[in-house]
Amino acid sequence: MPVPILMPALSPTMEEGTLAKWMVKPGDKVGPGDVLCEIETDKATMEVEAVDEGTIGKLIVDEGAEGVKVNAPIAVLLEDGEDESALDGFDAGAGGPAPKADAEDVADATPAEEKPKAAPKARDSAPESDDSDAEPDLPDGAETANITLREALRDAMMEEMERDEVVFLMGEEVAEYQGAYKVSQGLLEKFGPRRVIDTPITEHGFAGIGVGAAFGGLKPIVEFMTFNFAMQAIDHIINSAAKTLYMSGGQMGCPIVFRGPNGAAARVGAQHSQDYAPWYASVPGLKVVAPYDALSAKALLKAAIRDPNPVIFLENEVLYGRTWDVATDPEFVLPIGKAKVVRPGSDVTLVGYSITVGKALEAAEKLAEEGIDAEVIDLRSIRPLDSATIVRSVQKTNRCVTIEESWPTCGIGAELSARIMEEAFDWLDAPVKRVSGVDVPMPYAANLEKLALPQSEHIVAAAKAVCYSE
Amino acid sequence: MARTPQTRTTRSRKTPAKPAAKSTASAASKQPETSKEELLELYREMLLIRRFEEKAGQMYGMGLIGGFCHLYIGQEAVVVGIQAALTSNDKVITSYRDHGHMLACGMESNGVMAELTGRAGGYSKGKGGSMHMFSRQKNFYGGHGIVGAQVPLGTGLAFAEKYKGSDALSVAYFGDGSANQGQVYEAFNMAALWKLPVIYVIENNQYAMGTSVARSSAQPELAKRGESFGIPGVQVDGMDVLAVKAAAEEAVAYVRGGKGPMILEMKTYRYRGHSMSDPAKYRSKEEVNKMRAERDPIERVRQMLLGKLEASEDELKAIDKDVKSIVSDAAEFAQNSPEPDASELYTDVLVEA
Ligand SMILES: Cc1ncc(C[n+]2csc(CCOP(=O)(O)OP(=O)(O)O)c2C)c(N)n1
Ligand SMILES: [Mg+2]
Repeated sequence: MPVPILMPALSPTMEEGTLAKWMVKPGDKVGPGDVLCEIETDKATMEVEAVDEGTIGKLIVDEGAEGVKVNAPIAVLLEDGEDESALDGFDAGAGGPAPKADAEDVADATPAEEKPKAAPKARDSAPESDDSDAEPDLPDGAETANITLREALRDAMMEEMERDEVVFLMGEEVAEYQGAYKVSQGLLEKFGPRRVIDTPITEHGFAGIGVGAAFGGLKPIVEFMTFNFAMQAIDHIINSAAKTLYMSGGQMGCPIVFRGPNGAAARVGAQHSQDYAPWYASVPGLKVVAPYDALSAKALLKAAIRDPNPVIFLENEVLYGRTWDVATDPEFVLPIGKAKVVRPGSDVTLVGYSITVGKALEAAEKLAEEGIDAEVIDLRSIRPLDSATIVRSVQKTNRCVTIEESWPTCGIGAELSARIMEEAFDWLDAPVKRVSGVDVPMPYAANLEKLALPQSEHIVAAAKAVCYSE
Repeated sequence: MARTPQTRTTRSRKTPAKPAAKSTASAASKQPETSKEELLELYREMLLIRRFEEKAGQMYGMGLIGGFCHLYIGQEAVVVGIQAALTSNDKVITSYRDHGHMLACGMESNGVMAELTGRAGGYSKGKGGSMHMFSRQKNFYGGHGIVGAQVPLGTGLAFAEKYKGSDALSVAYFGDGSANQGQVYEAFNMAALWKLPVIYVIENNQYAMGTSVARSSAQPELAKRGESFGIPGVQVDGMDVLAVKAAAEEAVAYVRGGKGPMILEMKTYRYRGHSMSDPAKYRSKEEVNKMRAERDPIERVRQMLLGKLEASEDELKAIDKDVKSIVSDAAEFAQNSPEPDASELYTDVLVEA
């Protein structure tokens, strides 16, 4: 049967074009790759090549014809052994293949007009959290040791490396130097250079190698000396680690932990002092954890290492040397995605993560002196974000203050405010108030640095404001 | 038309065997030996890629394939020659110009074409598209849209093999344009430092979109780009599938021998535009036509087969016919496969922990 040759779409948006020039005439033999004609679009002139072998039967569209619609037949090709008589009664239009989505559909599919293809759902694909009241925590009577946050993180890595042969640690100065902040102390001695690996100073490169190793079946822990330097690696964190599972239809999981100090350090200026929680928290395909105390840090780092997904684990340098009672049981693991009420109260909810939980607890003490009973929530995980725990608290206190070191615009406080507005609007007695880092790069001068960061006084003032108590 | 089983044309890669002791002396110099059977197989694989890509181009023209679509026409000898030297355990990773690599890795043309049309029967259930396809089963790790990203990723795959103590290696394919990315050199450094089993195949098709190598590269001999890391590099005629295979065999012996990474620069050429919407104003028609007429990798093998190796026109016709039917089956499959279910929007974001 004769085969119609159709007007091709030469770009994702082309709907019609001009047939500028025929390079063949009826009777010409053509094969795959032979140029048939030139087509002009509003953007360019391009050659169209034959895909099939045969003889040109006839040209349907004249040279110079304008406005030829995509998918309209422009010529007819005779197959081997056919002659012109095969054209008698042949309808090129009907003979054309009937694509499911024709070119016009494609051109029309601007995002604004796109029909919703599925019922709207919660903002994340992953379950946010279960609604159970049960707060995961250390069982009564469990054995603990009083150790620093630094040691708790090291113990988590050590236990998981003992448990699973494919877990390894890589990063700058993690092995021989024992960690730029001494978090990996003793690991090289225990596991050797095969599993505790000093890298050159190449964040982009070793993040990519880590992701490739995770694709290849290992479970890397990639330490960034601080998260400021992970900016050089953010392409691999987002484009390679977070998106590949989805892009592969579920085939290519990436079990990897990116960890290191995040947030404001002390007196190091703008390039070494920034909280990246909101950046990573906005990315589907990542989990983001930012613990405060050593007990949850150890149990959550273990959860992160065991998790089959890429996890961003945000630590805080200022807290590394502080001590807490930490579970010694290597099987004590906390779930990612669960917040914890660290101080129950009835008048106002203070929500923070990482170092700001400590500031919120300080503020709660001061508020108590003034007769305001604050409930303090440690988010622990930023993604998935445990809305249920926060909503439950706000339903009780009817007032909320969010606290973070990051900048105010598009920060975690902005996200929490939106969720509380969407899910607990009717319980609010005052608008949510955000306490954040101020909207400037971090200054160096001691006084200015202090002014740039959320302090307990700011939290107290915000809590009083939402309680209308001043 | 009778359905043609895919397996007839997809070469099953050799099962792993200990590499034979082999000298690593220059590959390009001596005339590689071959047989009629081998050359017929290489011919079939290259032809499958060419016909597949032509079909993809046609389907793009019909609006069945959307977005970017980068065809591999002209470069077939590179991936076919390299893959012929690998075992089925070796890992492969490349850029967005990936259809040929997937077919050469033994992935089904149906699944690849259905991914191009964004259908449920595609390798990524329609969620990846032309640039993002994978097959763990065939050790094909993508399909990456960020220029250069596959180089550290492929190095990481090699890292994993070394860590596990396997004797598989990894092959990272990338373009002449990608060879200017900083992350490539970060990866070279670590691969050489840690003696990782990775072969870097630079597919120098002379252009990165509209920018020629001469306009972008202070050192245009890309095989030399590993020199300061002590990574040996060889320049190979990438339009000659036997030369590619011979060079790959030497690189495989070197890398599997634990000596660290190696670079193969393949001098090749893409006949089509960078992607479907590229009018290719940056080069002359004469340049393209001369390449096609004088250097075509498939025509070269065809002439060898019909000449010295005394294959008959009929033998080649049979292959042509077989390949054609595989490709038209794939096109049909890709058009009939349903669109992914709307519920797929929310799946595969995270692995259930
Ligand atoms: C980081 C990044 N920058 C730019 C692009 C856009 N882009 C896509 S392909 C390409 C050219 C790459 O050329 P080359 O590496 O020679 O590969 P080829 O297309 O020739 O196979 C560019 C600039 C991209 N995808 N990623
Ligand atoms: Mg190129």
